[in-house]
Order: sequence, then C-alpha cells, then structure tokens
Amino acid sequence: MRYLPLTDTDRSDMLDTIGAPDIDALFADVPEAARLSGPIEGLPMHASEMAVEKHMRRLSKKNLAASDAAFFLGAGAYKHHIPASVDHIIQRGEFLTAYTPYQPEIAQGTLQMLFEFQTQVARLYGCAVANASMYDGSTACWEAVAMAGRVARGKKRKVVLSGALHPHYAEVVRTMAKFTDDEIAGAPPSLTARPDDDGLIARIDGDTSCVVVQYPDILGRLPDLAKIAEAAHDKGALLIAVNTEPVALGAIASPGELGADIVVGEGQSIGVGLQFGGPYLGLFAVRDEKHVRMMPGRLCGETVDAGGKRGFVLTLSTREQHIRREKATSNICTNSGLCALAFNVHMTLLGEKGLRRLAMENHRLACFAADRLAKVPGVKLLNDAFFNEFTLLLDGDARSIVRELTQQDILAGVSLARLFPGHDALSNGLLVAVTETTTEEDVETLASALEEVLA
Amino acid sequence: MNAPNASGWKPGTPVEGHNAMSGPDTATGNRALMLEEPLLFEIGHAETTGVDLPEPQAGANRLGGFDRKDPIGLPGLSEPETVRHYTRLSRQNYAIDLGLFPLGSCTMKHNPRLNEKVARMPGFADVHPLQPVDTVRGALEVINELAHWLIELTGMQGVAMSPKAGAHGELCGILCIRAALEARGDAREVILVPESAHGTNPATAAFAGYRVEDIPANSDGRVDLEALKARLGPDVAGVMITNPNTCGLFERDMKAISDAVHEAGGFVYCDGANFNAIVGKVRPGDLGVDAMHINLHKTFSTPHGGGGPGSGPVVLSEALCPYGPLPFTARTKDGVVHLVEEENAAEFDHTKAFGRMTAFHGQMGMFTRALAYILSHGADGLKQVSEDAVLNANYILRSLEDVLDAPFGHSGPCMHEALFSDKGFADDVSTLDLAKALIDEGYHPMTMYFPLVVHGAMLVEPTETESKAALDQFILALRSVAERAIAGDETLKAAPYYAPRQRLDETQAARKPVLAWNDANLT
Repeated sequence: MRYLPLTDTDRSDMLDTIGAPDIDALFADVPEAARLSGPIEGLPMHASEMAVEKHMRRLSKKNLAASDAAFFLGAGAYKHHIPASVDHIIQRGEFLTAYTPYQPEIAQGTLQMLFEFQTQVARLYGCAVANASMYDGSTACWEAVAMAGRVARGKKRKVVLSGALHPHYAEVVRTMAKFTDDEIAGAPPSLTARPDDDGLIARIDGDTSCVVVQYPDILGRLPDLAKIAEAAHDKGALLIAVNTEPVALGAIASPGELGADIVVGEGQSIGVGLQFGGPYLGLFAVRDEKHVRMMPGRLCGETVDAGGKRGFVLTLSTREQHIRREKATSNICTNSGLCALAFNVHMTLLGEKGLRRLAMENHRLACFAADRLAKVPGVKLLNDAFFNEFTLLLDGDARSIVRELTQQDILAGVSLARLFPGHDALSNGLLVAVTETTTEEDVETLASALEEVLA
Repeated sequence: MNAPNASGWKPGTPVEGHNAMSGPDTATGNRALMLEEPLLFEIGHAETTGVDLPEPQAGANRLGGFDRKDPIGLPGLSEPETVRHYTRLSRQNYAIDLGLFPLGSCTMKHNPRLNEKVARMPGFADVHPLQPVDTVRGALEVINELAHWLIELTGMQGVAMSPKAGAHGELCGILCIRAALEARGDAREVILVPESAHGTNPATAAFAGYRVEDIPANSDGRVDLEALKARLGPDVAGVMITNPNTCGLFERDMKAISDAVHEAGGFVYCDGANFNAIVGKVRPGDLGVDAMHINLHKTFSTPHGGGGPGSGPVVLSEALCPYGPLPFTARTKDGVVHLVEEENAAEFDHTKAFGRMTAFHGQMGMFTRALAYILSHGADGLKQVSEDAVLNANYILRSLEDVLDAPFGHSGPCMHEALFSDKGFADDVSTLDLAKALIDEGYHPMTMYFPLVVHGAMLVEPTETESKAALDQFILALRSVAERAIAGDETLKAAPYYAPRQRLDETQAARKPVLAWNDANLT
C-alpha cells in the first residue's frame, strides 16, 4: 500500500517495544463481538494509482463540463476564468497541507494571507471588518440571521426575507430557524422589471430583527438597498445584504456604503471554480466595528511578537466553541481556508484595475446578450437593470427547453422552475448569466437554438 | 558498505556549540532563506494588475444608477510579484509535507496527490451544481459511490452527504434527532455530553435548542455507564459521545450505552472525528449509534488547507434516515443515480426531511478526493490504516511514558492518539513551553490543553503515514524537551527561538483588535 510507510519488520519490532503479542491486542477494548475479523465483505480491495485514476476519469467523462458547452448558468455559482497561478499557489504543500493556524509562530503564511483576505473582503463589501470566511454563501446567510438575533438580544423574533433571495439560501434559513423559533416571512418573487422594495419595506415592523435582501437579486435585478436600509433602521432592524456574485461589486456600489449592517455572500466567483457546488467560500462582514464581538467564525488580527516584529494570530476566540462551548456565537469550527487563499490570490492578481475591468467586461457582454436574446421571437427581457445575470421570459416551459438544449451542448441557464419548483407562475422564466468567459458566438448559438425551439 | 561520508555528519545529529542563527544583523532583516514578506497593501498598487482584460468601453450601462463611484482600495500585483509574494508567505508555514504533524484529534496524515489530480478533472471541477441532471450523472455517481462506502464502512442505513464540515455534520445529526422526536410528539430538552468532548458538541446541541448537561467520566477516562443510566429519563433527547474518545480510548461500553439510551427513548450521536482509528475494524452501526459525522478531511485525508474546507457527511440509522436533509442521491434499480431535491422527494419516499443544510449538494471537491483515497486503499488497506495508526500511537505512548505522565496509560492500549499530562514538569514550566520548544526541534506541536479533563494535556496523534524512522526522531525530540521541562530549563520560557516569529502577543491582539489593514498605518 503506497501510502503506508511501515514494513512488516517495523510492525513486529514496534509490537515488541509496546509489549503486545499482535495488533489485535491493541484493539482489545473493542468488544470482540463487534470486532471485524477481516476486510469488510463486498467492498473492493486496494487499487493502483493508475486504476483509480482510470475509474475516476470514466466518471468524469459522464458529465458535460461547462467549458465544453455554450454555458449560461449562474444563480449563485458563476463560471469565471481563474488565472493558472492561483491553482499553482493553492497546491503548494505549505498551504495545502497546513492545519488551522493555532501555532502562529509557524503559521504566519496562512495568517498573513487571512489578514489580507479579510481586508479585501471588508473593502469590497464596504465594511469595517470581515471574518476569515465561512462554509459558503448560504450558511453565511443563516449565520447572519442568527447574529441579528443576538444583536436584538432575542427580543425580536421576526426575520423578513426578500422574495428574491436565492431560494436555497431561504431554505437554509428556514431550516435552521425551525430550531431557534425565529419566525421567517417571505414568498417567491413576482416577475416584475424591478424588485418590490416597497412591498418588502411594508413587512418590516417593530418585532423585526433583520431584513435579508439579495443584491443583485435572484432574478438579476438591483434592489434599492439605501432605501431599505433606512426603513429597516427606522424600525430598529438590521439590514443583511446577500451577494452571490462578488465580481458585480467591481461595478456597483458596495452594500456597506448603502447602509447594510451585515454583508454576506458567496465568494466562489473569485478564484474558486464551479466544482458542482462545493467547496465554496462564505464571506461575512459587518459595517460597524461595534458588532465584531457578535460575529461568528474565525478572525485573524495583527499583533507583535516578543522580539517586536509584526505578526498575526487568530483572535477574539472567546466567541468560539472551543472556549465558550455551549455559549459560543456559533458551533462553527472551520473556515474555508484554502478557498479564501484562492480568492486572496485571484483578487491580488486582479487588483482594483483588474476587478473593475472584469466587472465591466461582464456587464458589456451581458448587455450584448440581453439585447440579442430579447430579439428572438417569443423571448422577453424582464429586467430594467442587471449586472451580468438577467431573467428572460419565454413563450414556453423554460425547464423543458433547458433540458432540450443540452442535446446541442448548450447549457442555456437556470430555469426558475428548477429554483422554485411548484410555482407555475414562474415556469416561463429563464435566468441567464454571462461572464467574461462567454463569447459572442456562444450568445449567437443560444439565440439561434431558442429561435428554433420557440418557432 | 556503510562507510561514513567525509564529515561523518548526517541530518539529525546536533553539532556541539554551534548556533546557526547567531551572526551579524542583515540590512534587509532577511536571513538567507528566511525572508520577511510585507503585506499586499504595502507592495501593491491600484493601477497594477496581473490579469489581461480589455479596457472598459463606453457603451451600454444597465446598472440602474447603482454604479460604484469611489475607489475600492484593492491593490494589485503582476503575476511574477504575486507568485513570489505567496511563495514567500508559504515558507512561513509548517505543513504535513514538511514533517510529522502530531495534532491529536485533528488527524494530519499525508494528502495523496492523486486526489488533487482527480478533483481537477473537468467533469468534476468544471460542472455547475444546477446543470440538468442528465449532464452530471457521473458527478452524482461519485457522490453515490462514496455514500455507499461510508454506509458499508459504518454499518449504517443511510448518509446525508451535504454537511460542509464536521460541526455542520453534528448539527445535521442533532437536527435529525430533533425531527425524529418531534415526529412522535416527544419534546425533549436535554442532550448529554461528556466533559471531554470537542467544544463543537455542546455548541451544536445549544444551537439546536437543547440544554447541555455533562456526562460524568470514570477514573480510566471513559463514560461512567452507571452514572449515565441514572441520568437518563424522558427529558433526555440523546447523548453525544466521541468514540474513540478524546482521551484516545475506545468506549468499551458503547453498546450498553446505546441500549440504555434507546430504552429511555433517546438517540445516540457519535462524534466521528476519531473514526480513522477504527475504520475497517469495527462498525459504529453495530454498536447502536444513530448518527455519526465523518470528517472526510481526517479519516479520508482530504487536505486541511490551513483551516478548511472540510466535509462532514453524516451516517444515519434506520430510525433517523427518514429525517435526513435534502438534497441527496439515490440509485434506482436500473442503475441510474438521481438527485433527490424538494420537488421529487415524494417519489423517493422521503417526505419527512428536516430541510436543507446548504445551497447545493455538499463538498464535491472533497468527495472526489475522499473517494480516490478510499478506492486506493480498498477494504484491506483501510483496515491496515487503522491498525498502523493505532500501532504508531501506542509506540509513542510506550516509548515516552517513562518521562511523560500518561494519565490513562495504565488502563491499557490507546487507540490512534496518545495522551500525556504535565505532571512532573518543574513548577514554572507549562505544556505551552514544551510545545514551543518542540517547534524549535522542527515539529508542529501536539494538541495542547485538550481534552479539558487532563491537566496540561498533550494529545499526540502520529497517524499511519509516518515511518518508524520518523517516529523515532520525533520521540527523541519530545523526550529531550520533556526532560528539559522536568528539569525546569529556563530557556523553554522564550521558545521558539528559530521560528519565523517568537511568541506572539495574543492579549494585545484581543484587547485592541486590528482585523483589517488601514492605510493610515502607513504614515
């Protein structure tokens, strides 16, 4: 077995040192009735590197990779170009095979990276402080709701969800809230050109701990965060802004500067890749420093060492489970460290200039695509405004059309029926995302295919 | 044959009176290969970019007037500067690739590179979670195949694959228990957790709305079965037990514990953080466990990545399966693997799911790696993994118990980790001092001050991927620092001496938190 260095001679010498007759003597505490005598039956035996690679390659080939298709999916996961150096750096063993930096003297690489990452996220989000990352956007969203409950000291139980929050995020919040007795209010969105900000504002009352708004929203529209923030603050509620496409923030104003109190989101677009949904990168930030001690998750902070040199440590850990146990702000015990590194490296390569260019290139291509696709008979563009993702209304069932187009290696987008099953009013909606990886030929391919299928 | 080389020296041999770190100061603060690296914010510029993208063109703007106007404050670097920045930073990290990483309970074993290669195959790395399922059958097969292995290796009925990490898996398991109890109209309030448990256990139970009470331990470091039985009753929803436990011991009475809990109407949650000690040797399902998370990044060697991403699938008993979260995969008789979500749950007879843990289907990038690891080892290799992990830990335990106090050493062999205490150290020397001295010897310290039930605890987990020579050298190093701790060597107090940093001031970091770079710092 190629991963096991001990030889049989080693094993027998070591048993002698220990004073055990055989290996089973070391498992004596396992009741004999439950102890397995040989390898578990019905499972394959060990395999060579070559054989395993072959097996996995066979399974890989049964999937249609995004790069092999005309690709238009978004809805919380986006296909962007990742520079080759990102993957090179995250595969360095010193990053890849390190543990959580609990021994800061020999983990400054990870810690300095996290400090840079926190700063990048805080600035992107227009916030004072970001943490060292969460599992993904959806769990970060729930943690923000839970934090709002702590800020309200449990006195406010109502959570107002925008109908245009990603339905899977909403479902995670609903699932978790069942067990904390929070009352969750929200319904699927209406197919209007602009989000119903006034309708949302009308649902905020004195018992509301927080309002959760996605920006851009699940249909690609842009809610007026400043207006919602003002209304929320008037009622003593926090505004939680959710962003699933960080590239957008190279083009549109940050949620923090518009008044959001907690900003969370998915960071996958920068450096991480699609990976069938995970691992991704939850981003979590607070606009005002006063909320820092209520935050969940790890935080990296600057300090000095005994010799006076600058260094970094994990800090404010008295909020965390390994110190506070049942009184912790969250049970969370890991972050998404390597994905945070990928984000950090990609964002460093981009810099402000690159991020703004990337954002504007996404927007330019999205405008081109929206105009071209809206010219197809039977296709209507829903959005007034959008960044790189918009909703089309088709003269037909969007979900079956998406399925049909896969035959031509076109991944046409995410049908609203996939996102909101059972809501017939949404069944002609198709969410289309366009990034810098989309070519004008891809758009033409999709337009012609839609022309054909809708004719 | 076996002739010494010219100097007679070989790595690992100290040279008397020679200190490589002494010498004149340098102008840069660097010391040859030990390079200081500034922050990105001190070397980057907003106008520098390492990515070629077109200049923005004047044209359509459909941003609805929400355009960003002010600078963001994101400095950039060119590609060569970027690669150098992070390569320099990486060299300030300890890692498994550099040496033995004996963090008890964290299981730092070798990360095979085949797994990295496999995870990057385009059919896994470059597929979107919401693609029509007919275009991702291979990805679903990976999830299903891994699920099958996890079920067989644990002797359980089903598995929830979506939890993102161990603690997320714990939450999933406890929510299943809560859903099962609620389904029978049985509101219970208390979860029992031993004092030796990971902090995540009580935090999870509290998060799910339960009151947490301690389970007493007996003098040999295990759950006190009689005391537990006495506490069980109609208010107890369940127990959370780590097995092997955090003292590195197998809970001999596990089956009796499970039986007693079940008889009292509760459920048994097993923290599977230490499953790597018993995989292929005993199946938790045979011991009456109802739910157990498996840290794929521990037992099945997906990389820790400096603090995640993890992955925490939860295996479930027959009683809890109906409540498992969506989505999951199911193979029908025709061999096709399906994705079961909210809309088709009824077709798969799964209408009682407690909800959804995360947006998508779980940590696919970890599933591919874990499956490659499992297939490489096979049923025979996985058994060998446990045996070698346990052998290595016992070798350390018995090689050091003459210098270090092993509080439970008398009660028989340990499992995959050896537990020591600070008993016998000079009064002013702590476990922390010993750990920091171990850094100078070229090792990452063991887990310290955990479990809480042992004073100055040191939990050493070598894992199965260490050779005997590597263990012997580690034992030599740990013996040396232990002897210094017993002798009260004052030099320990300022260790480490040879790391990129000396001890860091954590009090200052917490008292006046500086959590982001502020450009004002420059002036």
